[in-house]
Amino acid sequence: MVSGADSVGERAALNTTILLFLLQDGITNGAIYALLGLALVLVFAVTRIILIPQGEFITFGALTYASLSAGQMPGTIKLAVAMGVVAFAFDLFTFRKALHAKRVLRSIAVNIVFPMAIWGVMWALGGRPGNIALNIALSLLIVAAIGLYLYRIAFQPIAHTSVLVLLIASVGCHLALQGFGLVFFGAEGQRGPAISSDAITIGALRFTGQSIAVYGITIALIVGLWLFFGYTLYGKALRATAVNRLGARLAGIRTSLSGQIAFLLASVIGAISGILIVPITTLYYDTGFLIGLKGFIAAIIGGLVSYPLTAAAAILVGCVEAFSSFYASNYKEVIVFTLILPVLVLRSLAAPEVEEEKD
Amino acid sequence: MSTLLQVTDAHVAYGKVEAVRAVNLEVREGEIVTIIGANGAGKTTLLNATMGILPLKGGVTFTGQDISKLDIEDRVAAGLSLVPEHRELFATMNVEDNLLLGAFRIDKATAARSFERVYTLFPRLKERRKQLAGTMSGGEQQMLAMGRALMGAPKLLMLDEPSLGLAPIIVADIFRIVSELRAAGVSVLLVEQNAQAALKIADRAYVMELGEFILDGNASDIASNQRVVASYLGFQHEGASAI
Repeated sequence: MVSGADSVGERAALNTTILLFLLQDGITNGAIYALLGLALVLVFAVTRIILIPQGEFITFGALTYASLSAGQMPGTIKLAVAMGVVAFAFDLFTFRKALHAKRVLRSIAVNIVFPMAIWGVMWALGGRPGNIALNIALSLLIVAAIGLYLYRIAFQPIAHTSVLVLLIASVGCHLALQGFGLVFFGAEGQRGPAISSDAITIGALRFTGQSIAVYGITIALIVGLWLFFGYTLYGKALRATAVNRLGARLAGIRTSLSGQIAFLLASVIGAISGILIVPITTLYYDTGFLIGLKGFIAAIIGGLVSYPLTAAAAILVGCVEAFSSFYASNYKEVIVFTLILPVLVLRSLAAPEVEEEKD
Repeated sequence: MSTLLQVTDAHVAYGKVEAVRAVNLEVREGEIVTIIGANGAGKTTLLNATMGILPLKGGVTFTGQDISKLDIEDRVAAGLSLVPEHRELFATMNVEDNLLLGAFRIDKATAARSFERVYTLFPRLKERRKQLAGTMSGGEQQMLAMGRALMGAPKLLMLDEPSLGLAPIIVADIFRIVSELRAAGVSVLLVEQNAQAALKIADRAYVMELGEFILDGNASDIASNQRVVASYLGFQHEGASAI
């Protein structure tokens, strides 16, 4: 028997204040799951890759930020530089038939100069903890570089293969990056400094600066993504690739470019989520995976296609998590992940015929 | 007239089955060339392989440059464009965005001119520019597919069965526009089952059977060839007056 079941009688009954607290907690976490869910939908729509390593982008973003704030040199920058060198080698191999100076220079700029420049800035800081904004910017750039090179190295060469092959590669990347996370950050958990330590109180509710930052940044990112996809040429090109890959190629849109942009966005979103969470919760090298999975549940509820449904589902996941940690905290994760079962059943009933993938 | 597209000794296979065998094809600047043949003769396969969608064994040069190793996207950038049989539009995006993306590889000034040109050729697209591509009729979708391909200012436009499944009046419209393209300096390689209509507007023609070219020559000569008349034109004479 679980002790939680026996102690129900002793627990404070759910009153309005607790209800509001739980809702607030649920919405704060849900906002972060929404970001992750949107990134998963984006990557799947454009590349057909189920992005399991999303969790590592969260961890790397959070722990790189925490390390920088503590005045340490995070190992992720070395990984970014090393992956950049490998990505450059891959580019050279691809270009071997037609070695244009312009393409090679571009590849050097993206794969070699970019990570070295970040390293240079960190070197110049010399282990002194920079200010919060600089630390956040450096963390985002490092994770963005890792995301970009991950696509170039692991996925671009197999972009034409089936969803299953891409998924297996995705699991492989997750395990490899998680291993690197253990090497770089150790088994100890870390916390980072909050973006703002202010707080405001409205009625019974206390909003910390951090939770307001979570809402603000989530809304800003969603609006930003909406503008990007609705009004820019590259955003439209990404949508076009998601809608019709052959059509996009016939219009001259390179699918590898779309994939790189998708991974760049996903890794930055992951890192932002991590940086938002790390002042609230202690993060370990493998925590990101669990957080990413909750975004994944939201994405599945959205059918891996619908952005608004995914965002709404993420808020639901956050609230279910908050309430289940109140009523049955031991079963919190079980309850959250069980959400996926009725959704899958309903979806399979709604769409009895499975369309075979053609590509 | 200099040669625009030259395909030499082309073989295309699906596994062990050779769908196209030892084909030699040439399209010169300012020409409309048509490939006619029965269903399953290998016409679509040849076009797709020329575009780089399917692997082709043999030579493909475009404006004198070897493009046989280039990706689809780079062939588009070189000025070769394909309107595929299934059109491959961006169904959930509107007409204007579909056209805009057709100009993805060219600069903004040229793209603005392309918009004007496409809207002049297809006034219907201008009227419907905010409509989603997937909600349009078959004929409008065909116009949009051709418009999107023209947005990139191609030197050669390859059309795969543009008349398939469309009402005769719309087919007539589309063939009229194809003739106008030649006047505007765009060469056209047209694959058609509607041989009667295709031969009427084409300068030269190839006849394809079972993966091979069995005849080629001036369109008017092909149209009067006994074998072609018997196989491809005979039964169409009555209905063809509508076109």
